[in-house]
Amino acid sequence: MEAINNLISSGGVEDVLFYVFAALTLLCAVLVIANPFSRNPVTSAMFLVLTIISMSGLFLLLHAFFLAAVQILVYAGAVMVLFLFVIMLLDLKEEARRKIKFFGLAAGLVSVGSIVAIFFKALASAKPGVASPKLEGETYALGKLLFTQYTLPFEIVSVLLLVAMIGVILLSKKKLE
Amino acid sequence: MDWNFIIFSLVKLAIIVGVVQGLVAYSVLAERKISAWIQDRVGPNRCAPPFAKYIPVLGPLLTRWGMFQPLADGLKFMFKEDFTPAGVKKIYFFLAPAVAVIPAMLTVAVIPFGSVMGNQKMVLADLNVGILYTFGIVSMGVYGIVLAGYAANSKYPMFGGIRSSAQMISYEISMGMSVIPVLLIVGNLNLSHIIGWQATNGWMVLYSPISFIIFMVASFAETNRTPFDLPEAETELVGGYHTEYGSMKFALFFLAEYSNMVSSSAMMVTLFFGGWTLPFWGLDHPANSIGMGIAHILVFMAKMLFFMVVFIWVRWMFPRFRYDQLMDLGWRRFLPLALVNILITALWLWMRS
Repeated sequence: MEAINNLISSGGVEDVLFYVFAALTLLCAVLVIANPFSRNPVTSAMFLVLTIISMSGLFLLLHAFFLAAVQILVYAGAVMVLFLFVIMLLDLKEEARRKIKFFGLAAGLVSVGSIVAIFFKALASAKPGVASPKLEGETYALGKLLFTQYTLPFEIVSVLLLVAMIGVILLSKKKLE
Repeated sequence: MDWNFIIFSLVKLAIIVGVVQGLVAYSVLAERKISAWIQDRVGPNRCAPPFAKYIPVLGPLLTRWGMFQPLADGLKFMFKEDFTPAGVKKIYFFLAPAVAVIPAMLTVAVIPFGSVMGNQKMVLADLNVGILYTFGIVSMGVYGIVLAGYAANSKYPMFGGIRSSAQMISYEISMGMSVIPVLLIVGNLNLSHIIGWQATNGWMVLYSPISFIIFMVASFAETNRTPFDLPEAETELVGGYHTEYGSMKFALFFLAEYSNMVSSSAMMVTLFFGGWTLPFWGLDHPANSIGMGIAHILVFMAKMLFFMVVFIWVRWMFPRFRYDQLMDLGWRRFLPLALVNILITALWLWMRS
């Protein structure tokens, strides 16, 4: 009882939860791409959903409630449902038997390598310690930052999405004679 | 965080879950009774435990109203054989009902069902991003249905699952867009603040009626209720996604549907009809006594029950949409309407400021 009391009052619960969610995120992420028990694409998709949910748990621990909610709403709720939709419409057996191709492996290694490089660069410049949670569920502050300090990246991402959208419409449209 | 907080939260949690479950059980009864009245029948009026006939007046009356029917239904579901058809994908077959129920139960956590009692706020989790939380959780509900359709490994459930994933994504967008004017007007995502704003300025439905209409229709689609119950259209798809399910697993899908009904009614009341407030009898400010606190909860419940009756009434009064009509309504009517609504609200707020 005393130990639990101490844990609660010292904020140790959050530390424990951090490890739980971090472990869950990593475990589920591994199971998405290398599940030893099944190569079923639906299983992979469901583990990706779990990864996203445990990541939003990590956001919650950082007091970023808005990001956590949006993470679940957009990725788990909309994007992954579309993924499942497509997977269910495709022939699953073909997908389960597919072998690893050289080009795919090379492209994968390059992209993972560059992401790792970006991470290391970002982590090297960051100082360890507790950052003050500035965006404690405050959508106002987040919106203000997006439209003042980070306008350019924000607009570029918007344009990127627009281009993707137009591309999809063009690709899926029937040819007009 | 301290023990006081944990204990009060647990008590509130237990009460909320209990009340929602009770509401679910009796809304099934209400569904059967109202459908009976609409179709000029009597509805369930026989079911009674053996001791009911020894209670004078009240016993026969409760039996006539079918008050014991939910109990009998529940027992029947429990004791039926839990049959697993051959060829189903076992893990998903067992997982799907649970995945359907959990989000349905989680939504009510952020809804303020009363003002204050003593020094306890009558809401389980007073989140700053309450609305986004609700939408996030509601959007998880589709997995139960999709997985059920996939796990059954047969044609019609598959169709049901695919239909429902397309339908829910389409209407989620309209639903989310329809709420944005409310957020613009209030300027806060916290559901308690939205109710507080409505207490001083009047109900939101007066400011943004289009939002309310879109939200209501979209929530019919999100809960898979008629006129949008295409995922389980029994005339085309046998039973849709739950064709292969029986006994308690089937009951869990039922539970999820009715819990979703409860939580969307609660959301409609909270967002558009002032939550626990009433504009008269001094019920529009947080309670300063236990009696007032209880009155607020009763007001909230009454408003919520009204919308649940609307849900049931609509189911028995209107025919089902065709699938292309459903998509047309969602994407070509509601989405543009919701966008225009946002624009008009933003312009109106800009002119006023």
